[in-house]
Amino acid sequence: MSGTTIAGAARFTPAQRALHWAMALCILAMLFIGVGMVSTIRPIYLVMVAIHRPLGIAILVLALVRLLLRWRHGAPPLPAGMPEAMKLAARLSHYAFYALMLALPLLGWAMLSAAGYPATMVGGWALPPIMPRSATLHSVLWGAHHYLALAFFALILLHFAAALYHALVRRDGVFEAMAPGGLPGHAPGRVAAE
Amino acid sequence: MPQPSRSPPRSALGSLVLIAALVGVVGAAFAYTAGWLAPGRLTPDRLVDSLAPPGGPALGFRRNHAKGICVTGRFEANGAGAALSRAPMLAQGSFPVLGRLNIAGPNPASPDASVPVRGFGWRIAAPDGQEWRSAMIDPPVFPVATPEDFYALQQAAGSGRPERMQEFAAAHPSFGAFVNWIRTAPKTASWAETRFNGLNSFTFTDAGGTARVVRWSLIPAAAPVPVTAEQLGQRGPDFLRQDIVERLRTGPVRWTLAVTVAEPGDPTADPTKPWPAERRTVEVGTLVIDAAQPEPEGACRDLNFDPAVLPDGMGTSDDPFPAARSSAYAKSYDRRTAEVEEYRRATGGGR
Ligand code: HEM
Ligand code: HEM
Repeated sequence: MSGTTIAGAARFTPAQRALHWAMALCILAMLFIGVGMVSTIRPIYLVMVAIHRPLGIAILVLALVRLLLRWRHGAPPLPAGMPEAMKLAARLSHYAFYALMLALPLLGWAMLSAAGYPATMVGGWALPPIMPRSATLHSVLWGAHHYLALAFFALILLHFAAALYHALVRRDGVFEAMAPGGLPGHAPGRVAAE
Repeated sequence: MPQPSRSPPRSALGSLVLIAALVGVVGAAFAYTAGWLAPGRLTPDRLVDSLAPPGGPALGFRRNHAKGICVTGRFEANGAGAALSRAPMLAQGSFPVLGRLNIAGPNPASPDASVPVRGFGWRIAAPDGQEWRSAMIDPPVFPVATPEDFYALQQAAGSGRPERMQEFAAAHPSFGAFVNWIRTAPKTASWAETRFNGLNSFTFTDAGGTARVVRWSLIPAAAPVPVTAEQLGQRGPDFLRQDIVERLRTGPVRWTLAVTVAEPGDPTADPTKPWPAERRTVEVGTLVIDAAQPEPEGACRDLNFDPAVLPDGMGTSDDPFPAARSSAYAKSYDRRTAEVEEYRRATGGGR
């Protein structure tokens, strides 16, 4: 497994980086829309709900594409100088991100199915139910969607802090591996570990 | 590790402070959006809480219109509605209906005669899976003009202080029409003789893309037989349920679904204001109910008659109620589906 090497820097492929930033934006938007919509009764409630459903399903599709790219192209190695505990935390958090990107949309869709709400995407077009109608199931799925969404946001905050820590304090090329666009002029490459 | 030479070295402490600040800003924006920093925001939680009686809500039941019975039947569309909306259930045909006849209020044990407002929630399903859901009541006007006023009314009514209600009525003149209807309108002893009104306005869009603002009503086929409040009070606590079950034994119960079209300048955003009687009204079909099921066994229990679940060709208008109701009904639904055990214990049955 290796990332592409640009000027000595091990980075994610341009497609992987583009997906990362597009999805980051979408997921953050979803989290804000999610907590925003369940705390308002104003007309914007229906607008937010109408965005939440299809955007969430779009994230599910993008997450599957991303998983495929990750499997095909892998990820650049973490720097040799990074402590083992930090590397483990990085790896575990990435597994958690993939799991959440897939689980949250599926839970949202399943929750609507269990309640007998149409999972409307656009116009009159809705996804078919993926769960039998059941109050008990709805309640379990609702709880999972609610708490995992909050955990997702907490993990994103940690991830954001860690990325900035790599970029500003450690300056070890980890941030640059996922940074958008080309590398700045004479940025140093990450010293590959493997 | 080679140190990058691109930027003047910032102190690690400065960077850490910057990181903490950035994370804090994002976290605070999230908390603000979620309403955690806004105790004054009217959230669906607060709106639903305001409906609860002093002793707390009846767990497992709808937080309003808690007492009801499931009904099933069909909607026979005559095709006239297709001129107003391209919704599939307005094209001529017969479409399955799941409904719930109910009375207002948070108490599932209220005697029927003690509650002045009756309701009817229903869902018409089209073969392609699209749905038209609605929840209607029998007064000709709603007591309040905005969802915020609805909350204020619940607070005044729940305060236990009559002067708060007098203040509310004085500050909201349109409340008087509703109170007047409760005091003076003739009652009937049957849901089947009751006219139900949607009160909220919605937008219908036809096949050509023309949009019109509408309201709808269900006009009973059975002739209303007026009864006095005293006569109702002498009946058993569940006379409405007994009546409908009795009627269904001899045949279906019917209502005509009539859609009224607003004209420019009509008060479409305010359900306390009726539209002029001469507005164009189109009879779009007949709602036929042919069976009833007790709520614990019926399919209506775990359904939310969310008035914002609409097919293509129907949408919300400038009326703020459907959004507020959709948000509050979802909250009520989330709560009651988490309380199935309590419901089972209270009713001694059901799933
Ligand atoms: C990455 C994908 C998703 C994220 C990050 C996300 C996030 C959220 C969040 C933060 C909330 C508010 C939770 C609360 O405070 O109670 C929420 C609620 C909700 N989400 Fe999602 N969601 C996603 C996908 C979906 C999808 C695909 C659907 C449906 C097709 C969906 C349906 C819902 C519904 C119906 C609610 C309201 C639940 C209620 O009744 O309280 N979500 N979501
Ligand atoms: C902001 C104003 C309103 C609030 C907060 C509110 C609140 C509620 C709640 C919480 C429920 C229980 C929902 C459930 O658990 O499924 C309910 C049911 C109901 N509401 Fe409202 N409501 C409002 C306005 C209206 C209006 C304008 C109408 C009629 C024109 C109406 C008619 C009904 C009916 C008929 C039901 C029973 C539906 C069923 O059988 O499931 N409500 N309401």
